[in-house]
Amino acid sequence: MSAAAVVTSPAPPSSDTVNVTVDGRTVAVPRLLPDWRGKLVPTTMIQACEQAGVEVPHYCYHAKLPVAGNCRMCLVEYGLPALGPEGQPLRKPDGSLAVKKSPRPAIACATPISPGMEIYTATPEVQQMRASVLEFLLINHPLDCPICDQAGECKLQEYSVEYGHAASRFVETKVHKPKQVDLGPRIMLDDERCILCTRCIRFTRDLAGDDALGIVNRGSYNTLAAYPGRAFDNPYTLNTVDLCPVGALTAKDFRFQMRVWFLKETKSLCTSCGTGCNVLIGSRENRILRYTPRANDAVNVCWLCDHGRLNYRWIGRPDRLRQLAGSRLPAPTWDAALTEVAQRLRHAVPGSVAVVASARLANEELYLIRRLAQHTGAATDIVPRSGPGDAWLIHADKNPNSLGAQRLGISADPAGSRLSQFAAAIGQGTLRTLLVFGEDVTPRGLGPELLDRLECLVVSDILPNRTTERAHVLLPGCAHAEKCGSFTNVHGRVQRFFKAVEPPGGARPEVEFLRELLQRVSGEPQPDTAEGLFHRMAAEVPAFAGLTWAGLGDTGAARPPEAERVRPRADATAG
Amino acid sequence: MPSEYRLILKHLDQPGYTPDLDCYLRHDGYHVLRQALALAPRPGPDGKPISPQEQLRHEVTLSGLRGRGGAGFSCGLKWSLVDRKSGKPIYLVCNADESEPGTFKDRQVIYKDPHQLLEGLILSSYANDVHLAYIYIRGEFVEGARILERALAEARAQGFLGRNILGSGYDLEVYVHRGAGAYICGEETGLLESLEGKRPYPRVKPPYFPAVLGLYLCPTIVNNVETLCAVKHVMALGGAEYAKLGTPNNTGTRLVSLSGHIQRPGYYEIEVGKVTLGELIFDPAFGNGLRPSRRLKAIIPGGVSAKIFKAGEKVKVKRPGPDGRELEQTLDVLELPYDFTSLTAAGSMSGSGAIIVLDDTTDMVSALANISEFFAHESCGQCTPCREGSLWLAKALRRLTQGAGRAQDAEYLARIADSIPGGRTICAFGEACSWPVQSTVAKFKDEFVARGKDHEARRTAAAQAGETAK
Repeated sequence: MSAAAVVTSPAPPSSDTVNVTVDGRTVAVPRLLPDWRGKLVPTTMIQACEQAGVEVPHYCYHAKLPVAGNCRMCLVEYGLPALGPEGQPLRKPDGSLAVKKSPRPAIACATPISPGMEIYTATPEVQQMRASVLEFLLINHPLDCPICDQAGECKLQEYSVEYGHAASRFVETKVHKPKQVDLGPRIMLDDERCILCTRCIRFTRDLAGDDALGIVNRGSYNTLAAYPGRAFDNPYTLNTVDLCPVGALTAKDFRFQMRVWFLKETKSLCTSCGTGCNVLIGSRENRILRYTPRANDAVNVCWLCDHGRLNYRWIGRPDRLRQLAGSRLPAPTWDAALTEVAQRLRHAVPGSVAVVASARLANEELYLIRRLAQHTGAATDIVPRSGPGDAWLIHADKNPNSLGAQRLGISADPAGSRLSQFAAAIGQGTLRTLLVFGEDVTPRGLGPELLDRLECLVVSDILPNRTTERAHVLLPGCAHAEKCGSFTNVHGRVQRFFKAVEPPGGARPEVEFLRELLQRVSGEPQPDTAEGLFHRMAAEVPAFAGLTWAGLGDTGAARPPEAERVRPRADATAG
Repeated sequence: MPSEYRLILKHLDQPGYTPDLDCYLRHDGYHVLRQALALAPRPGPDGKPISPQEQLRHEVTLSGLRGRGGAGFSCGLKWSLVDRKSGKPIYLVCNADESEPGTFKDRQVIYKDPHQLLEGLILSSYANDVHLAYIYIRGEFVEGARILERALAEARAQGFLGRNILGSGYDLEVYVHRGAGAYICGEETGLLESLEGKRPYPRVKPPYFPAVLGLYLCPTIVNNVETLCAVKHVMALGGAEYAKLGTPNNTGTRLVSLSGHIQRPGYYEIEVGKVTLGELIFDPAFGNGLRPSRRLKAIIPGGVSAKIFKAGEKVKVKRPGPDGRELEQTLDVLELPYDFTSLTAAGSMSGSGAIIVLDDTTDMVSALANISEFFAHESCGQCTPCREGSLWLAKALRRLTQGAGRAQDAEYLARIADSIPGGRTICAFGEACSWPVQSTVAKFKDEFVARGKDHEARRTAAAQAGETAK
């Protein structure tokens, strides 16, 4: 898989601007703006309009894809400074520059601006051109929005309402094309709905590096297809579903599951690897139905890998841990459980306690664990998790917060190297209390027989495993989608996620019960908001110094790794 | 008396003239190339030497030669726009994808005098510092491609091609590339895409002007077969001398393909603007008139994408009067000089030089349906108005020829056609598919309305008959 690198758009020099007039309002726009690759190129009309706050409707144009110019929806009229016979600018009687309107329209997506250009997006001619493009797009398009899964987030619907005609003049028979085309393992295609904008083709070819999609046949019979005999199956196929402005490409996972207008959208992060792609969680009635990418030019631009996007089903698994349990649980209440654990920790001999924390926990949670370990003199480590990565979004580090764990001093150096010491100490009988937060340690050298030798094994987790089975005190925890916090991605960007759904049964967010536990152990009150906790962490841990909860915003704040040692060796295999 | 002026066609139908190199050489072939390659730098007015290439390009500019592919763009200007400072190679592509319905001129040269084309191509390549050129030939010209391959091999063997051409130190390689049967490959940027092995989707301009970002995103010149042949004659005569042929701003000679309801269909070479449309149709030297007892009904003057003229139509044209001043004249379409300027001024175009004559036996609805069917089949489908509009027009016209017309269909067709051209599409195909509809429906509206009304009346009668039968 060849892939485009994640690019951060460089800010253009502010002095280098061009004055253009959009619908009568003159604005200074940068002469150059980043193109889809982040390369600075002459600013186009559509970008200038955007800067002027004027939306130009479009289908094929997408800021993060190469320009195609095929839909013709963004046609606008324009004028340029009129020149006299000697090429000198002509002036109106009032001294202002005379502008000569071009006899032909231009596509705003591909036409560069020039000084003094006037762009007209609302003339009767432009309105007529938009209406006729919509009419053309609709003549062969099925008019069955009520049974189309795209309804509610369909640009054809939206622009038809805004710019189209209500009635159709078309009295001929429509072109029929393949429906329910099984394009690949994750994508269905309805060719009749396709408006041939080629966004999916360009993404797949130019960004995913997979020349899998193309158009066959000619003219109005043009049909989107995958390479014959080949499934459309690269690690990034589902982005084409987001890019598709209509209902042609749908995700098998989500299609016909929920009308999109019923979805609640929550800003969150993908937890499948250390990249920390920004996502929106779409949920309804406490059930997660899809992840969609959330734009963040510094991380994932507006893309997601298929694996990360589909890796949410476990959150709603029926075997989720929902009750407190364990042989040392004095009573099935959180109060009793935490009192028991706190008592044990307070009276523990230094060196007899160790903590294995998951690098899937939030920074705030790991911070609380750090404090807890400080109070009890416990050694800590995480369970490293690596797998195939690529040069794009899929990172070899499969933990979403390895760098957070490192910066908070939770993980050993290298990460996971202390686990064998823990095993030895259990064997020698010096390590008697083990706290495990969110990991199954049995495949990591801490097998069931070793765990059985512990005096006390306190475990919190989300799903049952061989470690939770042996817990003397089992605390049911939460998925990231059920709580609020922050992760530090592999590049040192600290990003926030928010609660989308309620946890099942008696499960509680780790951040809550860790705070209560720390209060009981230390006797000191702890902040009871994510914000308060974050600020305390920022005050205490140098790697977070200067960051504020609010300052993280939607796209996070960068704290590049001082030492790049946190990354597991990039044993990346070509995807 | 109007007559042909055979410059490009000088030899090719002469008895005994064959397409092989020996025959070409016996007729002074490659003489112009020898002369051009022997040119030395000449001191310019500022003392700086003018390279032979620059001298040759200057002759083309002086000649006033306009492209013979259809648009009539100045050849000298096209060459002057080439980015010569990019550091990238410059390519020359000969557009031999002759597919405009009614056009059959380039193939005459390819089949009967291929070395004339090659000489023009080599001269043009030399003049533009091109070392790799392509001939993109229409897929259906199977034999034409073989003839060109043979001619290229002959030229290579004799040192007119390849390394160190005629000892000059100049290298040029030429490849023939066959199309796969798509009209749109004649559009220069679609052609370049096809040549690169892609779907021939015309490119968006800006930024993809071939002179700057052409083949493989390198500066590229795309010239028609006839244009390259004309370059040979420009070089032979000298630009100024060539410009004396034809009329001002419409210099040189032009190949005209004459077809339809005339007595002598065929290809002719004329001095541009020296022969009128009427003469081309009626003069014994050309079409020799219509068949007996037929009357002229319409003329398609520049390939089917040109706007149609109705017989008897009067057009207003600005022409230089006897004193040289521009005068507005009202002319019958038959009085129009057959040149680029006059036909454009008259609201149509000379396009590819293909004149299709329609007599009074023609059913305009069927004729237009036929044309629209062609465009619907050939639209590449890249951009919305042309993709959807071309088939919509064809379907409506099909309906009108199959008994399901409506009285309002004339208006319906016109409105659809109005929504396609005028810069709304990526390439000129939008104009090509809508101009015939706009012009035919406007000029023969009564026929379209009558057809629709007739169909409506029949349907009403049939429905009433059905009611009565119940």
